[in-house]
Amino acid sequence: MSESAFDIEDYLEQHRNKELLRFVTCGSVDDGKSSLIGRILYDTQQVLDDQLEALGRDSRKFGTTGDVPDLALLVDGLQAEREQGITIDVAYRYFTTERRKFIIADCPGHEQYTRNMVTGASTADLALVLVDASSGLQQQTRRHTYLVHLMGIRQLVVAVNKMDLVDYQQHTFDKIEQAYRRFANQLGVEGLTCIPVCALNGANVSRAAEEMPWYEGSTIVECLEQADIDELRSSHQPFRFPIQYVNRSSNDFRGYSGTLASGQVRRGDAVTALPSGKTSSIREIVSYDGSLEQAHAAQSITLRLEDEIDLSRGDWLVHANELPRVAMAFDARMVWMSERPMLPGRQYDLKLTSIDAPVTPEFIHHRVDVNTLEHHPAEQLALNEIGYCRLRSSRELTFDAFDRLPHSGSFILIDRVDNSTVGAGMIVRPVSSDHDDRPEHVTWHEMGISKRARAQQKAQRPTVLWFTGLSGAGKSTVANALEQALFKRGHHSYLLDGDNVRLGLNRDLGFSDDDRVENIRRIGEVSKLMADAGLVVLSAFISPFRADRAMVRELMEDGEFIEIHIDAPLEICEQRDPKGLYAKARAGVINNFTGIDSPYEPPLDPDVVIDTEKLSIDECVDELLVYLKQRGVLIG
Amino acid sequence: MSQSDQSCWTHLQALEAESIHILREVVATAERPVMLYSIGKDSAVMLHLARKAFYPATLPFPLLHVDTTWKFPEMYAQRDKLAAEPGIELLVHTNQEGVRDGVSPMTHGAAVHTDIMKTQALKQALNEHRFDAAFGGARRDEERSRAKERVFSFRDAHHRWDPKQQRPELWNLYNGRVRKGESIRVFPLSNWTELDVWQYIHLEGIEVVPLYLAAPRPVVERDGLLIMRVDERLPLLPGEQPSIESVRFRTLGCYPLSGAVRSDAATLPEIIEEMLRARASERQGRAIDHDESASMEKKKREGYF
Repeated sequence: MSESAFDIEDYLEQHRNKELLRFVTCGSVDDGKSSLIGRILYDTQQVLDDQLEALGRDSRKFGTTGDVPDLALLVDGLQAEREQGITIDVAYRYFTTERRKFIIADCPGHEQYTRNMVTGASTADLALVLVDASSGLQQQTRRHTYLVHLMGIRQLVVAVNKMDLVDYQQHTFDKIEQAYRRFANQLGVEGLTCIPVCALNGANVSRAAEEMPWYEGSTIVECLEQADIDELRSSHQPFRFPIQYVNRSSNDFRGYSGTLASGQVRRGDAVTALPSGKTSSIREIVSYDGSLEQAHAAQSITLRLEDEIDLSRGDWLVHANELPRVAMAFDARMVWMSERPMLPGRQYDLKLTSIDAPVTPEFIHHRVDVNTLEHHPAEQLALNEIGYCRLRSSRELTFDAFDRLPHSGSFILIDRVDNSTVGAGMIVRPVSSDHDDRPEHVTWHEMGISKRARAQQKAQRPTVLWFTGLSGAGKSTVANALEQALFKRGHHSYLLDGDNVRLGLNRDLGFSDDDRVENIRRIGEVSKLMADAGLVVLSAFISPFRADRAMVRELMEDGEFIEIHIDAPLEICEQRDPKGLYAKARAGVINNFTGIDSPYEPPLDPDVVIDTEKLSIDECVDELLVYLKQRGVLIG
Repeated sequence: MSQSDQSCWTHLQALEAESIHILREVVATAERPVMLYSIGKDSAVMLHLARKAFYPATLPFPLLHVDTTWKFPEMYAQRDKLAAEPGIELLVHTNQEGVRDGVSPMTHGAAVHTDIMKTQALKQALNEHRFDAAFGGARRDEERSRAKERVFSFRDAHHRWDPKQQRPELWNLYNGRVRKGESIRVFPLSNWTELDVWQYIHLEGIEVVPLYLAAPRPVVERDGLLIMRVDERLPLLPGEQPSIESVRFRTLGCYPLSGAVRSDAATLPEIIEEMLRARASERQGRAIDHDESASMEKKKREGYF
């Protein structure tokens, strides 16, 4: 900013139009995370003279960089941790560039602090993962990547730090990047940028590094300035308004205050209240600055309705054509944050949007080992453990699947005795009352030969390729052709086909919504057994509901489930009509036919999309083979 | 600040919406909330946000001013003007024991004065009214130990803050549960920076104490701080002579402890411009933070806001 060219009014105008990006930083103790953050703050001029002076004093007392001011000390806050030389709690930092304001959730990298990582990640749009170039990928790097992925972060920036210690060599960076991408691919991480940096001298932090002319990508700060910001504000998302507070300022004013969790709302919109199901329409969107015509996600507003329907905190307003789930039980991924373990059968208080309700974990489907990503049977969840659990309330709860709408699918559990926050959860699917029984005295037996050993013998990773799409889209055709190609290459696979399964295993099931759920559940379990045998399982079913596909995904270990959307427009499928079923459905001979009188929910974030309208069968197979190699499913 | 334009959701709109969410959450869940009102710029912003959060209703909680009796006259004027507004309930509490014992920054030093007249006074007021949630205008960017402060900061029955007992805060799900005697300090401005605060004051036309704007004022220089001589209670040292200088304040507290900065910034845009060029943080003008860099953490453990 030059003295003469500076115009304060211009600046104010520009500044008021800045966006806000929140990101989380993670890395192990020695990756130089504090130094990197200190460097970012320093380079973006957030460090003032008196702070620099204090830094000079502190560097001499606690520093590790000799005579150079130790930038890490700018961010290491509490006395105790400064003395121990490690960061032990989430700290929030702020900086501004020409384009954006940033909030950093600075997370500790120490082994025991999964809980803090998860806390910091919960509000972030992006994760900055630190890797030490001189020591490569660590167990912790993998664990942190898994955790930020678990928390729904879809943008990752990997800073390969301390490039000075490896003489800025490109091949060292390339090796780390490859190894990281291999691991991230297994998890299904997609938005990934790797940057070679040196926090100590600022190379590729905010300045392009002349030390590494071979690197042509963005610096860290550029990358942060260009990252996507919370897409939930998009108007395509369903409208969710959990009522936080009822404003009764006078006898004739009753307003419902809250923060839009997603989507948008306009004056005059018809709305449905849940769980009651009562309907009304929006009379006014009240704000201190005048009534609004519309409001979108993240805005804190007050709504007045046309009709006097009695609503209270914890009720939701939604649009009738995009309903959330209402159920008394659900399955969720849980992160446990308390010294006292989570015990099935014990009651906790749930906080989900503005809903407060007692819930009881019924059982733990499995626990996830964050180092190997393997699933293990579990009777309880200890501090920092992650598990897939079923929770039940005594009343109906309103929620969404976290993967689709994080703000209305996330919750915390509170200990009823000491009021501490003990767990965080992400809802996967609702559980209806029909198919949720579980045998009480049967436990999973670990076998002598492990799944990995079985798969390695076959030069593959156990995987379920889940083909979903309309009837006639080409699921069975493509899956068949792919299986033949796998067979020719010596891989071991099995194709589960919809019709074949319905003729045998699922002969007792029809096509009602409940039966469809059970159909998919059984197929999921069979797929799981086959994956346990080390096979590549190809499952070709319409599987129209997202929640059911999510249920199968959860049965599998992370990265084992690959969702393949066999995509063709309904008109094309109907023209093809290989089995004459569309004609029968149109004629009313068969009911509940997907695409005609039963909905198909396309995958929101499929691993692969195959467009059978444009590609030949061979092209489809080639594309899938390339993908499977790249993802490490097929070895050699 | 109108929020209707979807194409441009700015950081100030995001911060405003987050703060309003926090304010409403406390009122919806706490039994006896109160807002600490220090008369400073952060309090002014917090109060403005509260008016927005509960519009068209008046504030559903009282304001509490902990009065050390050493504030600037302009601050008392601002406070009394506010107290006269319809719908505002303003409580003022002073530690009478401290007054009786003649505690002052001059005789007892900054640390003792602050402890008795601020920290202890605050505890007395919270206990007396049995408040279970208290809003404060602290921001995480103010000081290093604040960077780890929660939005909902749990205090035990003795108002103590224990960094190890703080509850994890995920998404926007805040846990404000307390047992009898315990309380929560809530910081709706946690994610605001000093620059955000001034930008917002400018945009929203929020009234602040005129001392934030530069004007000729009588000051003496002591221990590197420019102290404004407000009244006779600040004795001049031998040979000391107040000089008239153009100064303003970045933070306001007890006048003998609040250092002014030399400045000609007499309007909000000029303040913001000056801040962009500034090379010192706002707490530098506070005598109380000067001793050692971990002093804030110590004070918080003892119950300071």
